Amino acid sequence: MKRPNIDTLFLTIVVLYLIISSFLSIDLGSAQLSSHTALNAFAGLFRPDWGFVNDGSREDLLSLLLLTLGIAFLGTLIATLISLPLSILSARNIVPSYGIVPRIGKFVSNILRTFPELIYAILFVTVVGPGPFAGILAIGVNQIGMLGKLYTDEWESIDHAPVEAMEAVGANFWQVLFYARIPQIGAKFLSLSLNHFEIALRSATVLGLVGAGGLGAPIIFAIQSRNWSRVGIILLGIILTISIVDYVTGLLRKRLM
Amino acid sequence: MIEFKDVSKKYPSGVMGLKGISLQIGDGEFVSIIGSSGAGKSTFLRSINRLNDITDGQIIIDGQSITAANKRQLRKLRRHIGMIFQTFNLVKKSTVQKNVLSGRLGYYSTFKSLIGWFSKKDYELVKDALERVGLSDKLHHRSDQLSGGQQQRVSIARTLVQQASIILADEPVASLDPITTQKIMADLRKINQELGKTVIVNLHSVELARKFSTRIIGLKSGEVVFDGSPVEATDEVLTRIYGEEIFKDGEDDA
Amino acid sequence: MKLKDTIHRNLPGQLLILLLVVIAIAMSAHATGADFGLFIRNHRQMGIFMGYFMRPDWAFFSRIIDPMILTLRMAVVGTVLGSVTAIPLSFLATTIVTGNRAVTGIVRLLMNIIRTVPTLLLAALFVAIFGIGPVTGVLTLAVFSFGIMSKLMYDLIETIDLSPLEAAESVGANPVQIVVWSIVPQISHIVASYILYVFEINIRASTILGYVGAGGIGVVLNSALGLFRYDRVSVIILFILAVIFIVDGISEFFRRRLT
Repeated sequence: MKRPNIDTLFLTIVVLYLIISSFLSIDLGSAQLSSHTALNAFAGLFRPDWGFVNDGSREDLLSLLLLTLGIAFLGTLIATLISLPLSILSARNIVPSYGIVPRIGKFVSNILRTFPELIYAILFVTVVGPGPFAGILAIGVNQIGMLGKLYTDEWESIDHAPVEAMEAVGANFWQVLFYARIPQIGAKFLSLSLNHFEIALRSATVLGLVGAGGLGAPIIFAIQSRNWSRVGIILLGIILTISIVDYVTGLLRKRLM
Repeated sequence: MIEFKDVSKKYPSGVMGLKGISLQIGDGEFVSIIGSSGAGKSTFLRSINRLNDITDGQIIIDGQSITAANKRQLRKLRRHIGMIFQTFNLVKKSTVQKNVLSGRLGYYSTFKSLIGWFSKKDYELVKDALERVGLSDKLHHRSDQLSGGQQQRVSIARTLVQQASIILADEPVASLDPITTQKIMADLRKINQELGKTVIVNLHSVELARKFSTRIIGLKSGEVVFDGSPVEATDEVLTRIYGEEIFKDGEDDA
Repeated sequence: MKLKDTIHRNLPGQLLILLLVVIAIAMSAHATGADFGLFIRNHRQMGIFMGYFMRPDWAFFSRIIDPMILTLRMAVVGTVLGSVTAIPLSFLATTIVTGNRAVTGIVRLLMNIIRTVPTLLLAALFVAIFGIGPVTGVLTLAVFSFGIMSKLMYDLIETIDLSPLEAAESVGANPVQIVVWSIVPQISHIVASYILYVFEINIRASTILGYVGAGGIGVVLNSALGLFRYDRVSVIILFILAVIFIVDGISEFFRRRLT
């Protein structure tokens, strides 16, 4: 048996203290749960308002789901297009001997990644006004941070051998990029972008809470007016859409492997 | 002709990779470079197409200094020097055709190569080269579906479409089994004899060097300790190159 | 020469995919009414916003420390509750332990559904059911952690080395003994690093939960935004950033020690 040293013991005590004090500080009994509300909610959730699915207006569930998909798609697309050049600049092994450039590139994507997308949504709602476009920008900027980092990691982990071979036949920088580097990771990039489309879709469903378009606004309205059947059908729509998108992108990503 | 004029290479760590090497390699020669690990074989070979920079002296190829060449001139010079690597260095996810065709990149402008606008003549070159190495049927296969020996033959085909007059081979058979090794070396000899290309190859195996080359250069700690024909490479010479241990372990370590 | 003899033999397929992407872009642009000109035309708005933003109301800082501590505590409790429930239940999502594909399938389906619901949506829902306050936040984070943790766990359990398991089986150990003696030792340090990872994600999520009334710093953020006090918004966001950076740093330090 390994003898626990003082460090580990000390650490364990600190962690336990943090956990216990956190539990004590939050009064779990304070939830104002009335069985009446809960029952109503559950009954409503399982009796979805099917009429909302397609009522012919542009405010029905199908239109809103399409809108949400559109926001996620355009956001991810913008992020992909901007992350590509950003990640090339951020990778240590591509732009040679300009040590400062990769560092700035990585710093940019680190900063962009740190803000929750809701904060971007708030920012862009004030800049371009409420609506789907603010959502697209919010998702785009947030995803630049994430994709920028992932792409950079990919560039940095590629096999250098073909690069050397291309340099040996007299290829220039762009030719090496397109003939030795991109073929190695093109499929991986697509796969990452597809994965981030899934993530963007989840974000897009809630950004409407702050007015950035999509399903968020109608769902918060339904919740606040205790229209549980409406909440139920929207939730069902979201779960189904996300599951289908996950499934389809999963298939595509498997083919890209 | 390749000319080494008092060439030295000092690594940043202070270690000397090459020490004052002066020699000439004529057109159409088949030269084997031998020596134990760390003797400077790879540095020697890679300094010819300047994959490694040298720190002193000059290397002159067909009358033009590659040491003094600027970026553009270097690219032009490299078109005439093909290279084959121990690890084949193919783009594994690209097709055989694309890998071989990429040997022509030095002849294309950035724009044309980025949209993949290659001439019909170059596609013919690819076909001929693959025929020569016996891989015509693999044209559209992905490179990682091929065996090691086949991949090495693809990389030989790449140097062929390059129409290089010099072919450098850095340990081309070190990752291959003995039978494939003989085939690859025979391919190189055929290219040397039938197409008249200069072939310079780094080898671990003295046996292979004796069997295939017309000239052997022995390196030890970055210095040329032997330079002569295969018959002149006697056991006594080998002791000078490798030290005593080569005979203790039996044969060479290929 | 024919296309199929060149390196562009996949071109028709690639063009088709490109066409599909272009159609998707057109449809999305139409549905969302995206207008990039708006971004340029409204740059003054951006300037005004940034102007306030760049002059943080530092005096406000003292009033957001308590909500931030509450947020951190919510994240701790949520992580613990979520992990504690996810770890044992995730064993039910692997055939190794259940030996039954149907049970595994159903458990996984439920876990996947839980993971599908976006956090903020869950928070909004819980606020309506359980009322405003940190408890709702904790519940949301617990469910959220459960979703992530269960997936990480069952993927992990699938990859473990089965040979000690067979040894345990051959001496007649029961399923619980198998888990405790042959699976837990193999994965305990990985699980610890997963918990830290979930905690990191929870910190990010918890900062915004208050926006829908689920307690913590998000509540303050919401009210500052409602009052257009962007100088306060600025302080809050900077504080959130700092906390995320610090927690990530600490967590990464420990995760590196664990591997």
